[in-house]
Amino acid sequence: MADAAITVEGAHKKYGDTQALSGLDLLVARGTVHGVLGPNGAGKTTLVRILSTLLRPDGGRVEVAGHDVLTEARQVRFRIGLLGQHAALDEELSGRQNLEMFGRLYHLGARHARVRAGELLARFGLADTGRKAVRHYSGGMRRRLDLAASLITDPEVLFLDEPTTGLDPRGRTEVWTAVRSLVGGGTTVLLTTQYLEEADQLADRVSVVDRGRVVADGTPDELKARAGGDRIDVVLRDAGQLGAAVALLPVPADGVSVDPDRRLLSAPVTDRMAALSGVVRALEAAGIEAEDIALRRPTLDEVFLDLTGGDERTKEAA
Amino acid sequence: MTTYETYKAIGGPGTRAWSDCWTMTRRELAHWARQPVQVLVGLVFPVMLLLMFGYLVGGGREVSGDYVDFLVPGMLVLTMAFGLEGTMLAVTQDLNKGVIDRFRSMPMANGAVLVGRSAADMLQSALGLAVMLAVGYAIGWRAHGGVAALLGAVGLLLLFRFAMLWIGIQLAMVAGRPELVQAVQILVWPVGFLSNAFATPESMPGWLGTAVQWNPMSQTATAVRDLFGNPGGEPGHLWAAVVWPLALLAVFFPLAVRRFGRLSR
Repeated sequence: MADAAITVEGAHKKYGDTQALSGLDLLVARGTVHGVLGPNGAGKTTLVRILSTLLRPDGGRVEVAGHDVLTEARQVRFRIGLLGQHAALDEELSGRQNLEMFGRLYHLGARHARVRAGELLARFGLADTGRKAVRHYSGGMRRRLDLAASLITDPEVLFLDEPTTGLDPRGRTEVWTAVRSLVGGGTTVLLTTQYLEEADQLADRVSVVDRGRVVADGTPDELKARAGGDRIDVVLRDAGQLGAAVALLPVPADGVSVDPDRRLLSAPVTDRMAALSGVVRALEAAGIEAEDIALRRPTLDEVFLDLTGGDERTKEAA
Repeated sequence: MTTYETYKAIGGPGTRAWSDCWTMTRRELAHWARQPVQVLVGLVFPVMLLLMFGYLVGGGREVSGDYVDFLVPGMLVLTMAFGLEGTMLAVTQDLNKGVIDRFRSMPMANGAVLVGRSAADMLQSALGLAVMLAVGYAIGWRAHGGVAALLGAVGLLLLFRFAMLWIGIQLAMVAGRPELVQAVQILVWPVGFLSNAFATPESMPGWLGTAVQWNPMSQTATAVRDLFGNPGGEPGHLWAAVVWPLALLAVFFPLAVRRFGRLSR
């Protein structure tokens, strides 16, 4: 791809006995938001650290913004912004002091660094933090300042490593809003996450990573379709009626799972509203009492079980 | 969005390294401004040691003018040597902070973080020396060699501190974690006392005396005593007091910069 912002071909990285990346391939088009979705230990952070020149790959070709991360690390560093999993800020200094320091290190000049710091503080709702040291900030404020720090020079490529892990729902929404506002400015964003919903909300395309390799990629909708689409969960008052309920339901019989302990049956659906009203009507007509009925998206677990052959892994682990 | 277009990083490879070093020095000074008490404690501790050795270990009231003249230069060298601990601790703490990742993902001069650290530490050491000299003067110590010799002695002490500083930086990166730094810190003490800071090598068993004489610290102490015109000084140690720290720097400075560039890569 001529206009690729990120090109990774066969990247390998090993820490001692742990193979963190084993032949990972990735292609991210300029100006898009690309989600990297995977469980803990899948290699997401290793990938981000390699892309942001913090870590050397053992093998493979890695290019960011048209420059090789090994031989042209400095050129790459001029063009990227990094929001790591842990705040990359000087905790003893104020938000303004941090941003001015980073601005000077990008050689904006003292005056520009000051102006830019003021702009970013205002843009991320931190204008009134004054001299307060960053270690007294809340989690959400810290993340926003961290994001501001990674945007000082309007990077061509921005890496966000699990940007909302550990944040409360409000902080999460704040970060999502900030990321959305970047898109359209032409910035390419690579975002790692454990949350399917986050990838769904923010990313144009998603790569699912497992054990150091990409096991699937596509748009969020394509991936969810592969994971079996939406499901309906019905909890009955009486576990003895589960069998009867399965026979009655206006949903395809294959793919229905039954859990007697939780008095739960779960079935894939294609048309959400039709399935919901159909199930309610069928149960009512048969006089079967339901405690709870819920439509839900496939969970990340289900995506993984589906995409990575989770059954085999469960056996391995056992 | 229009204004952001103007904020592109400027400066090509290798340019403005000095600016990065200055920015990192300012960072350390900003830390001082936020923790003045910590800085103060750093200055007071060696003074406390000096008074303790002068009045308690040195024999209470019977401290003769001569022993103070012998002790003060020794304590100055010891203070410079123990600066290594502070440097190690600061570097280790810094390296375990997230902000280092941001520095390393930015196009800044390799080693500017370390240069900032060393500039701040040197400034603190210079301040510390001034305080120690003033307290020494107050308890009866005198320099008899003239202003040029006094400045020369201060120069030797700071050169020695500079060498200790880069050893500290390198050890901090090798040790990596604060727990291991403590172990190294404990070892600094016997090495510090295995010198002529408090006693002359002649008063020690033969093999120990030899080791003490070879300790770079002893070379600096002897040369400084000579320049101050204090007892225990011998002419002819000046070259060793210059060459030893330079040799240590020639080894540890490149090692430290190189290691910092390759951290966790």
